[in-house]
Formats: sequence, structure tokens, C-alpha cells
Amino acid sequence: MTTRIVELRRGILKKNDELAAELRASYAAAGVLVLNLVSSPGTGKTAFLERTLRDLRARGSRVAALVGDLETDNDARRLAASGAPVRQINTHGICHLDAEMIGKHIDGWEGVALGGVPLGGLDYLFIENVGNLVCPSSYDLGERIRVALLSVTEGEDKPLKYPTLFNSADAAVITKIDIAEPCSFDRELALKNINEIRPGIRIFETSAKTGAGMEEWLGYLAEARGVL
Amino acid sequence: MHELSLVTSIVETVTDSLAAYPGARVIEVRLRVGALASVIPESLEFCWGIVSEATPLEGSKLVVNMLPVVMHCAACDADVTLDGVQSFRCPKCGELCADMRQGRELEIDSIEIDDGEVTA
Repeated sequence: MTTRIVELRRGILKKNDELAAELRASYAAAGVLVLNLVSSPGTGKTAFLERTLRDLRARGSRVAALVGDLETDNDARRLAASGAPVRQINTHGICHLDAEMIGKHIDGWEGVALGGVPLGGLDYLFIENVGNLVCPSSYDLGERIRVALLSVTEGEDKPLKYPTLFNSADAAVITKIDIAEPCSFDRELALKNINEIRPGIRIFETSAKTGAGMEEWLGYLAEARGVL
Repeated sequence: MHELSLVTSIVETVTDSLAAYPGARVIEVRLRVGALASVIPESLEFCWGIVSEATPLEGSKLVVNMLPVVMHCAACDADVTLDGVQSFRCPKCGELCADMRQGRELEIDSIEIDDGEVTA
């Protein structure tokens, strides 16, 4: 028998990465800023996104959302109350969204297309990932900005426990700061831990309930959209 | 995470690459996995036998080479290897580093095959 070594050098997630690159090109062609929101279940992604959609619409921005969950369209119905077009993605057991799922849900989405350009009628598209701090970090959805969210009820060491996700994020959002005090949330420690894992990352301290921190967050979005 | 789907993808990719080597049998598959790839080598190995069954990869060995995180330290102007993934500080000077050079890899490096030819 003869054996030989064959160099492959192939990414295991190559198929997803290629699809994500196509999506990225289509977002650029549409001139839409796409964000991927990732956190544990219960952090308040949906509440934060509801508030963001409402506030952006109030400022005249054209926004839409894709929301991933294993089952139910509860989140899509909540988000749609903002008046923004929303599509639910049910993964039926899969622990993350991937580029193929995003592509399928953008195809034929007439409400947000413009002149035949998919997503052409949008300024911002938000993708709310499945609540999971592990798997979504490996799947590129073609987004421009990946946002890691952390609530004051979760413990300040979460970035240290889930470094993969926090290290791959472009922005971090701390949610539910209106209840920081009763939760004995150690703000300085949380900020320090985020910065240890992702040095220099922009961090927003927000409350969807009171609107705290939203002004700064919306300013960041406008700025990011401005340099598309 | 979802090691079963990763292993399925590896088996498919390797099987496709065997088109250039008809009749070949795979002896070993070597992966490069970064410390920040969220992949547990034991979980990959656990799925390996099941997924590779009845494919040209049946009976092959999976070798997972784990790669540490390497950052470029601006202060030292050098690439530095981190001990773990709990802090992104330069082990030499203590400064925080944001420029990653290695650590997210998730790829098939190479395969060793028996191409079936009989040698004298």
C-alpha cells in the first residue's frame, strides 16, 4: 500500500462563509446596515430591539427585523407591534442562525425590497439570533456589526465564561440597567471583564423600559450607517 | 456546540476531495482548531465513528490540533501567544491586545490516504 498526505486547507464552515460573503455583498448593494444581536436566553434582546425599532422609526428610519427562535412566532409578533416589517425564523431545534436561513428569509421579502433590490427599502436590518452564547459566534451572517448583549441579572463574569462570543463582537450592550441596583450589579467589574475579552469595544448601558442609554446607541447606529 | 453537524461537514468535504483519488481509503484526517472556535475535540471524536461509517472515511482516525490564541501586541510590536482565553493581555508587557493573528481556525488541514496502489 502507498500512503500519501493531501493538503486540503478547507474551512469546515466554508459553505456558510461563502453564503455569508454573498449576503454581505447584497447588503452593501442595498445600502442597508445589518446587525446580528446575540445573547443568552432572557437577556432582553427582544425588548431592546422593540425599543430600537420604535425609536428609529420615530426618527424616520426604515427598519426591519429577522428573529430566530427554535419555535413560536411570539417574538415576531412583539416586534411587529413597532410597525416595522418582521420575519420569524424557526430553527426547529438548531441552536443558531446560519447564512442559508437568512438568505431564504430575505428572498421574496417584498415589503422591504425596492425597485427589485432585496432589502433596498431599508436603512437598518436587525437579526435577533437564537438565545445562545456559544454557537452563534461561529456563524457569519454577513452582518456588519455583531452585538453581544448582557443583562445586569446575569453576572459580571459572563464575558469571561463565554469569551468566544464576546471576543467576536463589535459592540456590547448591557441591558436592564434600571434594575442594576436591586441586582447588586457591579458595573465597574462588568465593564472591566468585557474589556479584558474584547479590548476597546464600544459598550452601551441601556434600559428598554426607561430609554436610558438609547440616545448614545442610536447615535452609534447612525454613525455606522453613515460610513457604509 | 454542534459537533455532529461539523463532523458531517468534514466527512462530506473529505469525500468530495477524494474524487481525484479513485478507490482511495482515508487513514487520517487532521484538523486545525483555534482555542476560540468553541469546539470540543472529544465531542468531534465521539461523532467521528458514527458519521464516517459506510463512507471512504470509515475506520479513519481524526486528529485535532488545537491552536492557542496569538495576538499582535502593539506595545511590544510582536506576536505573542496567550495562555488561555480569559484575558487578552500581552503576557510580556501586560497591555491589552485587540489584533488577533490566530485562534478562530476551524479547518481541515490535510488528510492521509491509502491510494490503493500495490507496491512491489
